[in-house]
Amino acid sequence: MSHIAFPPVDISIVARRREILSGLAPLLSTGALISDTIEMRAFETDALTAYRRLPLAVVLPGTTQEVAAVMRYCRDAGVNVVPRGAGTSLAGGAIPQEDAIVLGLSKMSRILEVNYADRYALVEAGVTNLAISEAVMADGFFYAPDPSSQLACTIGGNIGMNSGGAHCLKYGVTTNNILGVTLVTLDGDIIELGGPHLDAGGIDLLGLMVGSEGQLGVVTEATVRLLRAAEGARPVLFGFDSAEEAGQCVADIIGAGLLPVAMEYMDKLAIEIVEGFAHAGYPLNVEAMLIIEVEGSDAEINAQLKRINAIAKAHNVKVMRESMSAMESALIWKGRKSAFGATGRIADYICMDGTVPTSRLPEALRRTGEICAKYGLRAANVFHAGDGNMHPLILYNVNDDAEQAKAEAAGNDILRMCVELGGCLTGEHGVGIEKRDLMGHQFNPADLAQQMRVRAVFDPGWRLNPAKVFPLAGREAA
Amino acid sequence: MNEPNIEALRPTSEDQAAELVRDARARGKRIDIVGAGTRSGLGRPHQGDLQLTTSALQGIAFYEPAEMVICAGAGTPLSAIEATIDQRGQMLPFEPMDHRMLYASGGEPTIGGVVAGNISGPRRISAGAARDSLLGIRLVNGAGEIIKNGGRVMKNVTGLDLVKLNCGAHGTLGLLTQVTLRLLPRPEHEATIVIRRLNDASAIAAMTQALGSPFFVSGAAHLGADMGREFPRTFLRLEGLRDSVDYRTQKLIDLLAPFGAKHALEPGDSARLWRAIRDAEFLAEPRERAVWRVSLAPSRGAQFIARLGNLASKHFYDWGGGLVWFMSAPDVATATAIRAALAPFGGHATLMRAPDPLRGAVDVFQPLSAPLMRITRGVKKSFDPDGVINPGRMYRDV
Repeated sequence: MSHIAFPPVDISIVARRREILSGLAPLLSTGALISDTIEMRAFETDALTAYRRLPLAVVLPGTTQEVAAVMRYCRDAGVNVVPRGAGTSLAGGAIPQEDAIVLGLSKMSRILEVNYADRYALVEAGVTNLAISEAVMADGFFYAPDPSSQLACTIGGNIGMNSGGAHCLKYGVTTNNILGVTLVTLDGDIIELGGPHLDAGGIDLLGLMVGSEGQLGVVTEATVRLLRAAEGARPVLFGFDSAEEAGQCVADIIGAGLLPVAMEYMDKLAIEIVEGFAHAGYPLNVEAMLIIEVEGSDAEINAQLKRINAIAKAHNVKVMRESMSAMESALIWKGRKSAFGATGRIADYICMDGTVPTSRLPEALRRTGEICAKYGLRAANVFHAGDGNMHPLILYNVNDDAEQAKAEAAGNDILRMCVELGGCLTGEHGVGIEKRDLMGHQFNPADLAQQMRVRAVFDPGWRLNPAKVFPLAGREAA
Repeated sequence: MNEPNIEALRPTSEDQAAELVRDARARGKRIDIVGAGTRSGLGRPHQGDLQLTTSALQGIAFYEPAEMVICAGAGTPLSAIEATIDQRGQMLPFEPMDHRMLYASGGEPTIGGVVAGNISGPRRISAGAARDSLLGIRLVNGAGEIIKNGGRVMKNVTGLDLVKLNCGAHGTLGLLTQVTLRLLPRPEHEATIVIRRLNDASAIAAMTQALGSPFFVSGAAHLGADMGREFPRTFLRLEGLRDSVDYRTQKLIDLLAPFGAKHALEPGDSARLWRAIRDAEFLAEPRERAVWRVSLAPSRGAQFIARLGNLASKHFYDWGGGLVWFMSAPDVATATAIRAALAPFGGHATLMRAPDPLRGAVDVFQPLSAPLMRITRGVKKSFDPDGVINPGRMYRDV
């Protein structure tokens, strides 16, 4: 049972399945074309597991040239293409349907070059986010964006969704950390945008590409920025009796000109869920908790924390606990990053990703609670407070159809509220299928038509990830 | 710039701006957009039939210090924005270059011009370019439609990013009417380490080591002997809380001792110096010389300059070697030779200053491959189907 509609399947494509399979086979190495139903099950959904559709076939190319050959074939043969990294999208960005092939980049997972002098790495799009940082960690470098799914998610997927993470407050999101990409267009052209230098030449097509959700082409390689890690980092837990106090504390820290690398928020339910799973030492007797991390030498860290502590005290902080060791720091972050997984152990959930201006956070939290209560549901709140990117996890039972409908309705109400407060529908997960039909709340028809006209420059026939991002109604207007 | 025979339009509202664009389109007229005109020398020469100034689209729509966000009309003077945010101890992170010295132009630069040109300065290496701080835009496209994109929050992946696409498009996709930018706290303190008498290759090695250190360098530049002193100087800037800056300055001096690092400038001298580097002041004179700006991998900067030989004079490096500024003779043959010399090094070159006829005759921006040109034309057409706005400012016939 689906609540989010898919476009009607193009039966003329499905009818040519055998012909398409034999057209694709010679373009790929052995084993890189999957057409068996059971094997294709692994590609029928992503992390939006309430929705699943089998693709026409799955291709796993090993080179940019193979990707180009597949794209050219699909353009000529009129086949839809759904690009896929690791399939960790929470917005359904990688869910296919029966008239589309899945183009998976999992075989293209090499780190091709690490260059410390120019501070970049050249990687294939299927490399995992964490693998990049791990490859350069021993030399004191890292790749900054760190989504919670970084162990599994790929840089190609990060580029598709402009992924963020906990440390964006200081280091920015994906788009601020990508220097260049190799893009394969639907025509099969292989195009280099940017490179190992700052600011790609020409109009900023690189900026356009990041966050375009696989609608403009397929990225096969990326030049990512490497940064030298600070001398040290220390997370501190702050517990408060109310969301308002925690929210005001965040606003005052920013207002005071302090810029911690991370400021993460968890409410009581989220703390309980995570503590039960990760045993990270989170305080259980508070309504709201902030994880604030600062960087530098010991002396620099102490100086920053002194100021932050003073602000927290002014907001009646109840618990303050600094990490005393690298192991403790790792545990604090492990807890935060396992929040979604830990929640998944106790209930099904949908994770919203709206952003609000930080000054509106307390109000947004209060209204999120009210919206969920109205539908008789509970939500755990875990989010990036420093940038206002909320992540209410709305708990429900996937086998209860009525409850799923309520959860989705509550989620939609929350996102509408985010837009109303001056924010947006999605901060770092992408629109996918999930928020596609809400786009009209943020954009008027002229705004959307302009985006669709830009999209049409790359894919006039809606072949690339066609079910996503733009409301199904109104597409012909572009 | 202000040719008397050109009809001047000065909309006082976004709606009026949209109406003027629709009207021009209906009359088959093409429009050049100017803010205050301080950067009119950047890009290919104006070719429009009408000139539209954003000077009446000004004013700060909102400023939220606790959110570090400001939203203003495109015609708002940069100085007005800086004065406002300075009162609350904040700044534009990307340190936009002021082009008045280079172009000998007058007036007050506008925030719209900064955004349209993706104008950044030395801090680009640590805080990103203008495009990285730009959160939202409103614009009038070539069909006279009002379009918004992005918003006021830092994390936003709702739909295609037309914000970045318009930052650095030099107004060729639409008339920016309002921009929203992210700010940063102004550093409490700054210090600049000076190293004397390094050659280009050693200077880049020193800057590379500094930028690869954990001490968060926010400026790394190298000036040759012909720029202010009789010997070459390499500069590394550190910013932040006072104690932290003091600590990192000492650490960096220790690290760079093999290069001869010994001391740091006073804060006032430091600020003046980085303003001069930001504005490429050293290349203001002689006026008749052409000026180039090249972005490439830092480790290739010195080799590129060596390859240029006597095609280039008065060069200096910013961005740790990744941004090279230099002068050349203002002629087609030299421009062609410079582009050819850059090819094996990658990166891109912009002819920042040259007489109008030369900027009309050669590529001002890095020439594009055929597929990229096709996409660029397509994007232009998607915003401006009849080529009404800023025709030919970046590429001939686009």
